[in-house]
Amino acid sequence: MMGVQAVFLWTDLLLFGLVGCVALAALAARRSEPMRAAWRRVGESTVGMVSVSILALFLVVGLLDSVHYREYLAPGAGAAPDAQRVLGTEVRSGLDALAAPLRTRVEKTYSAPLSYRLFAKQTQEAADGTQQRDFPRLKFGGAHLQYPEDDHAGDVLGRIGLGLALAACAWGVFAGCLVQGVAWSRGVPVGAAWRAVWRGKGGLAWRAVLATLGVLCLILGPVLALATEYHVFGTDKVGQDVLFLTLKSIRTALVISTLTTLVTLPLAVALGIMAGYLGGWVDDVIQYLYTVLNSIPGVLLIAAAVLMMQVVIDTHPHWFETSAERADARLLALCVILGMTSWTGLCRLLRGETLKLRELEYVQAARAFGVSTARILSRHILPNLMHLVLIALVMDFSGLVLAEAVLSYVGIGVDPNTVSFGTMINAARMELAREPMVWWSLIAAFIFMFVLVLAANLFADVVRDAFDPRA
Amino acid sequence: MFAYIVRRLLYAPLILIGVNLLTFALFFVVNTPEDMARMQLGAKRVTPEAIERWKVERGYDKPLLLNAGEQGLAKLTDTIFFEKSLRMFVFDFGRADDGRDIATEIRTRMGPSLAVALPTFVLGLLVTVSLALLLVFFRGTYLDFQGVVLCVAMMSISSLFYIIGGQWLVSKVWHLVPISGYGEGVDATRFLVLPVIIGVVAGIGGSARWYRTIFLEEAGKDYVRTARAKGLSELQALFRHVLKNGMIPILTGVVVVIPSLFMGSLLTESFFGIPGLGSYTIDAINAQDFPVVRAMVFIGSVFYIVGLIFTDLSYTLVDPRVKLE
Repeated sequence: MMGVQAVFLWTDLLLFGLVGCVALAALAARRSEPMRAAWRRVGESTVGMVSVSILALFLVVGLLDSVHYREYLAPGAGAAPDAQRVLGTEVRSGLDALAAPLRTRVEKTYSAPLSYRLFAKQTQEAADGTQQRDFPRLKFGGAHLQYPEDDHAGDVLGRIGLGLALAACAWGVFAGCLVQGVAWSRGVPVGAAWRAVWRGKGGLAWRAVLATLGVLCLILGPVLALATEYHVFGTDKVGQDVLFLTLKSIRTALVISTLTTLVTLPLAVALGIMAGYLGGWVDDVIQYLYTVLNSIPGVLLIAAAVLMMQVVIDTHPHWFETSAERADARLLALCVILGMTSWTGLCRLLRGETLKLRELEYVQAARAFGVSTARILSRHILPNLMHLVLIALVMDFSGLVLAEAVLSYVGIGVDPNTVSFGTMINAARMELAREPMVWWSLIAAFIFMFVLVLAANLFADVVRDAFDPRA
Repeated sequence: MFAYIVRRLLYAPLILIGVNLLTFALFFVVNTPEDMARMQLGAKRVTPEAIERWKVERGYDKPLLLNAGEQGLAKLTDTIFFEKSLRMFVFDFGRADDGRDIATEIRTRMGPSLAVALPTFVLGLLVTVSLALLLVFFRGTYLDFQGVVLCVAMMSISSLFYIIGGQWLVSKVWHLVPISGYGEGVDATRFLVLPVIIGVVAGIGGSARWYRTIFLEEAGKDYVRTARAKGLSELQALFRHVLKNGMIPILTGVVVVIPSLFMGSLLTESFFGIPGLGSYTIDAINAQDFPVVRAMVFIGSVFYIVGLIFTDLSYTLVDPRVKLE
């Protein structure tokens, strides 16, 4: 067993920091009655719980992919036993380790989903020494089949059946745990809890969670069972498994869509509140600042900033030890740049709301009592703006996932070596012109993106309805 | 009202100065011209002479802000800031890396951009407003619910998918129109049909849902109920009252983009090979042609500011309550 050394990339730290912050905020929200009521409305909504379940699954994959480490290289044959161990340059993640079979089984080039042969004919030497053009067998996909022409369909169907059976078991175990939990928390017998959940009266919308997980299990089970021997979504130009690439893309999408708002949130909140509450020249300066930023079309500002950042990164190669660190720096910089172009909307919103709040009686009373400005802002203004911040955070999420794909297509997105939906689509768009067409990597990227964005959009709607007092 | 417009017009150059300073900082202060030269010439094995030649060719060999070696006014004018940044105010953008004049290029490319963007904009507005009105007419019914679900699903699909899928289906499978390209005069229409349709379809989801919310809010107001009580049919109430008053918030979002239509759409133009400003920008980004990107940033903000002023003006036209104090 070779040793490993943990690697902490900036985006990893921020992502886990964000998860920690959310946990802390959840603890704090438990003590506040209005917050609890609002979250309960989210939990009672079927759509809310369905989208939360799907997002949670994406989050698990993303977080797994955010635990990075580097392996020590195996010592060479002639090396002294006490020689310094050398770190490999490749940075791997928890997901890489879990999905190692997917990562390592690289074919020569394109192969269709579930296929056991390459996509293009190649000249190969038959057993009798003659040369013939045929579709060669894949090195890994379906390699266990002895007579693929006869056994392929049966094997695939068998695996799907096995996967469905496994999925049913997994779902049963999960449903049992969930109902047990409901029974405990409400202090009722398990049978009664089953009936309550079944009728949709288990407190939160547990039935929706069970249904969603049921559907997900039915999809994931067969996929897992097939993935052990086949390339479920085929392979791309250099023979990488497309399913693995889409799983890797999830992290990039999550990082961009959460960190972007996060890194500029303090700026937007601080400036927005200051402009609204202090007024005068502070207000003028801040308004001028965001009007200037706002008046540059977003894509162009991002393009200019990304081009410049690229020059900085390229002229300082010594800053980064591994290529993963360089790609990570670019990803983080992209988040900051995207944030810089999008904080203005939230800032303006918070300024307007603060203008309204500062005229309310309780704020005027606080001022009359001589409470300091800083204290008024933190005790009376900020808590009453948090719902707007939360709504902005979830509303921005889906748009940023879509934006990443477009920016990466234009060439101002993530590092070309970072796997993301955008880079996948960019690499695959030329394949449509091939005859016959290579459609699977495009479709896989679009389906994953669609599910993620749809879940995020639905969740954002539910959160907005629950938290917006006007709704 | 007149004073207000004058004030807005005076504020516009102020914002443009801000934009100008920002682009100057981005392009010349964050990275020195040396850095850019080294990157464009290839990071390794580049001689100081080559860098110097690169800078002289592009006029980057001057001091940034203050030329101490010159006399009088030339101290300020013979600098990168004056030559490259301030000159943009008279729409003198200098030359692109391939030696062509950027201002001429922008003028010739505005036409094709507009030819795609204008029909997309007008058709898109018509379609989405009618769809939103339709949903509001059937509000509370199954059709309304289905429509909203469809809208959310449509806005969750990447615009790349609409373009790639549309090109594949219409051009490759059905062979109805050419996949990409552009022609002169009437010939251009056959190249424009697909991008325009795709542009409209891609925009339906988000806009129709948003307009529906606006119209719904308006349709619940007292004056609409009064109109119905007077005996107006639902359709009349919708078109005479809800549509008119609902257009006010819609105008805010819509008028501001009209001048930006010249800029075209990056994605559409690059996928369909339309020689407009959008594809010009993408090519410049891919070729790392900094002068062109800088010029487009400036032009883009000029259009945006013009759009803001239009928005203010249009308010006074449609809403007599707005006095613009």
